[in-house]
Amino acid sequence: MMNFSDNKPIYQQISDFICNQILDKKWAEGGRMPSVREIAVLMEVNPNTAMRAFQTLQDIGVVENRRGIGHFVAEGAYDAVLTMKRKEFIETDVPQFIKSMKRLGYNLDDIKGFA
Amino acid sequence: MVTIENLTFSFKKHQKLFDGLSMSLDTGYIYGLFGMNGAGKTTLLNHIAGLLFPKEGSCLVDGELSKKRLPGTLQQIFFLPEQFDLPAINAERYKAMHAPFYPLFDDNLFQEVLMEFDVDATKKLTELSYGQRKKFLISFALATNARLLLMDEPTNGLDIPSKSQFRKVMAGSDLSNRCVVISTHQVRDLDALIDHVTVLNNGKIIFHKNIATISDTLSFEKVADDDNRFTLYSEDIFGGKSAILPKSLSNKETQIDLELLFSAVINQTESINSQFVKEN
Repeated sequence: MMNFSDNKPIYQQISDFICNQILDKKWAEGGRMPSVREIAVLMEVNPNTAMRAFQTLQDIGVVENRRGIGHFVAEGAYDAVLTMKRKEFIETDVPQFIKSMKRLGYNLDDIKGFA
Repeated sequence: MVTIENLTFSFKKHQKLFDGLSMSLDTGYIYGLFGMNGAGKTTLLNHIAGLLFPKEGSCLVDGELSKKRLPGTLQQIFFLPEQFDLPAINAERYKAMHAPFYPLFDDNLFQEVLMEFDVDATKKLTELSYGQRKKFLISFALATNARLLLMDEPTNGLDIPSKSQFRKVMAGSDLSNRCVVISTHQVRDLDALIDHVTVLNNGKIIFHKNIATISDTLSFEKVADDDNRFTLYSEDIFGGKSAILPKSLSNKETQIDLELLFSAVINQTESINSQFVKEN
């Protein structure tokens, strides 16, 4: 089971999972995705919750629903996800990282070697 | 699928367990029915299943009074009770005797779920452990394809892997024409599985909302002690508070903390519900 530890709603955690598959190039553009049901079973969540994750990604053009066939990774999905996730990284992850860094008395130069 | 109107019921005179309870349930959803010990969750399920009759008011399943116990109604309902007795026969024999009551019974699904749960279908049901018997009955329940599935504490007595299997089996079941009601205290076992929160307290349904609506309306956050935003409800935790805020005071959508929501609904029924009125 996926660990729903962070404080995002489950449907967003599922769409994050899908986005990561796309960013890692595990799911290619134009490729067929697992069904809503398969994702629901994999993550042990309500199928409506899984559907909401698909719907959210469909609304922003990352996922394409071909009626009666299934869901596919849309053309241009990689760039769309990358832009969205980069923005999220800068707005959410970086400030938290900087906060921890300062609390521990490090500056960016100390950290460089780890990147 | 289920329409309950003004249901009044009591086991003892002058002590009403339900007092004008109304609620409706639709297909396509898994409802989580929550309430304190003794609130009447099991009694409510018994009414829906036609095992108890209202003193006043009505309980309809697909437009028919469940207390009439019409065959056409009963073949649509499967009730998995928390406590049950099974006869000293094996799974096959049980199926042969009980499956004919459910015209849509799916034998392939039955075998599939039994296998998933690792239940030995050759043994007498009485020789199985409590957990195994429960898994047998869950398998049978799903295989009936009953459109209304009532489950009273389904994960009680299941071991850790079985709980996960239960979630997988439920997540994979076709909900499009089915309504599932799960009554439970094991919030953490099932919080990702239910998509509707229903709270029974003091004889009434005091909260009845879809998960998506809840996360659009309320925000669940860990707040620091010096955070002076208005909270609808909060509980002290180590290093701050676990709080419910109106969504308008928060910039993010958060995961629903069902335990906190339950306490909030019990203690602050009005102020929690008033948040939802504004939405419409």
